[in-house]
Amino acid sequence: MGRRTKRAKKKAQEAAPIRPRRGGAPIIELEDVTKVYPGGHLALERVSLALNRGEFLFLVGPTGCGKSTLIKLLIRELAPTEGTVRIAGRDIGSLSEKKIPQLRRNIGTVFQDFKLLPNRNVYDNVAYALQVIGAGRAEIREKVPETLRLVGLSTKLHNYPDQLSGGEQQRVSIARAFVNHPPLLLADEPSGNLDPVTSIGIMQLLYRINRTGTTVVVVTHDREMVDKMRRRVIELYEGRVVRDESTGGYTEESTTEFGVRMRAEMGVGVEGQTNGHGHGDERIDW
Amino acid sequence: MSRFWFFIQEAFRALRRNAAPSVAAIVTTVVTVILLGVLIPVFQTTQGKSQEVRSQLELKVFLYDDATKTETDALKGKLAGLSHVKSVSYVSKPEALKILKGRLKDPNVLSELNSNPLPASFNVKPDDAAQLESIRTAITPPGPSGKPTTISPIIDTVKDSREEAGKIEQVTGALKLVLTILTALLVIASLMLVGNTIRLSIYTRRREVEVMRLVGATRWFIRWPFMIEGVAVGFAGGAIAILVLWVGKVTIVDPLSDSFALVAAQNTISFGLLIAILFGSAVLVSALGSGITLRRFLRV
Repeated sequence: MGRRTKRAKKKAQEAAPIRPRRGGAPIIELEDVTKVYPGGHLALERVSLALNRGEFLFLVGPTGCGKSTLIKLLIRELAPTEGTVRIAGRDIGSLSEKKIPQLRRNIGTVFQDFKLLPNRNVYDNVAYALQVIGAGRAEIREKVPETLRLVGLSTKLHNYPDQLSGGEQQRVSIARAFVNHPPLLLADEPSGNLDPVTSIGIMQLLYRINRTGTTVVVVTHDREMVDKMRRRVIELYEGRVVRDESTGGYTEESTTEFGVRMRAEMGVGVEGQTNGHGHGDERIDW
Repeated sequence: MSRFWFFIQEAFRALRRNAAPSVAAIVTTVVTVILLGVLIPVFQTTQGKSQEVRSQLELKVFLYDDATKTETDALKGKLAGLSHVKSVSYVSKPEALKILKGRLKDPNVLSELNSNPLPASFNVKPDDAAQLESIRTAITPPGPSGKPTTISPIIDTVKDSREEAGKIEQVTGALKLVLTILTALLVIASLMLVGNTIRLSIYTRRREVEVMRLVGATRWFIRWPFMIEGVAVGFAGGAIAILVLWVGKVTIVDPLSDSFALVAAQNTISFGLLIAILFGSAVLVSALGSGITLRRFLRV
């Protein structure tokens, strides 16, 4: 099957944009990025930032400060009005329409409203992400259960989204974003619809993913929680970067330690162990 | 291969969920294809008929009653000798009366006449309808004064049946125009209905489309299921219409064709070829309908 090998080769070439070309290129690099919407609304103004491989970044700011615009620029849903957006050293503003899917295969995305398909069960929702990029059956059968185990939903493979709690639905959506093992994961208000306890579970999961080497960007408006997490924080206000704390204050910690500390900081339960289920984390403290 | 099944699966999942608009689109396609299927043979038949009429065009050379037998025979020889003349036949006065009697509903009206008013004539057939005029000028060449003269003193007038042919062409032309407009409208309707089905399908599956885009499905990967869905509509519509046409042919047209020459016009399309054309156009129209809609409503 000469055609097949040719296609595989082509795929490998197309996947190239995000893989490191130059060793030290930041995975995300924005240079004087300005975005003006057609109506004249200025969403981002001369934003510059760089994020290295393996970092965990919080992007905070009030509603309407341009956070979501930034995410859309990163997945090339929008193109910047001015300035350049580079992913792994490559300017994605000049990316041709045909290359955009390849870019997105290398970026996992998680949203506040989960965006799950209601007529498919958990397994199929995650498998769908692999199906539509043309993955083989064997690959799907291997990766999907593995990823669902990672997010702690091994027992709910055959449930439909409406049979799951909000936290579980968000875990499915994270599994879907991560099943392809992208080097970059963007989470736009992943805990926006969830209660504080469940939110911590989600943050813990994202942190665990970060520890596998994936760069994670979390957008949130919950400044209080972010301040306590001791991770790098970039704050946007009216389209400008008003704070960029490359907090050197945090050291390597396990996800369990992370969870414990978060619970302590947020004042919601003190046990260290979690069973991986967001809504199952709630325990009465005797 | 697994991709192919994925597309098919997605397309039929969508058709099931969008049953009502899909059925509407299929029905319109059926009507369009049936109409086309009737139209093409009718077109060809009328075309054939008007050609037939054209081939029957002839010149009638009417003679004075006092023409003698010698003069008549001489003229016949002259007419037959003209270029482009295929045949010349003589219609005598009594024969002309007989022909007229045959055409009248009530032949008795002629018995009121005490003499035969009809002139004898030569029917001159050209080898090509277009040459009619040149034969006419050969029979009545322009004289020195510019007025037409005749090649023989016994010729009274020369007439042709062009007017009749013109009328027939007018009628068939009008018929063709009406049928063409009707078909064009129906083609547009089915195009739009297929498009509408696809649009609804895009709408009901916008979440899927959104997810596909987010995880990096290619443009055509997203489009194929919709494309297949549209083509399936055309396929179903075409198949049903052809079935109806076939039943119609077997039960209505075939028995009639023995008794009516019009139906069994020799130069109409063969049924097999007709089916192939209809089926092809049904699928083409639906593919076009979904293609246009995808371009407009699925910017991926």
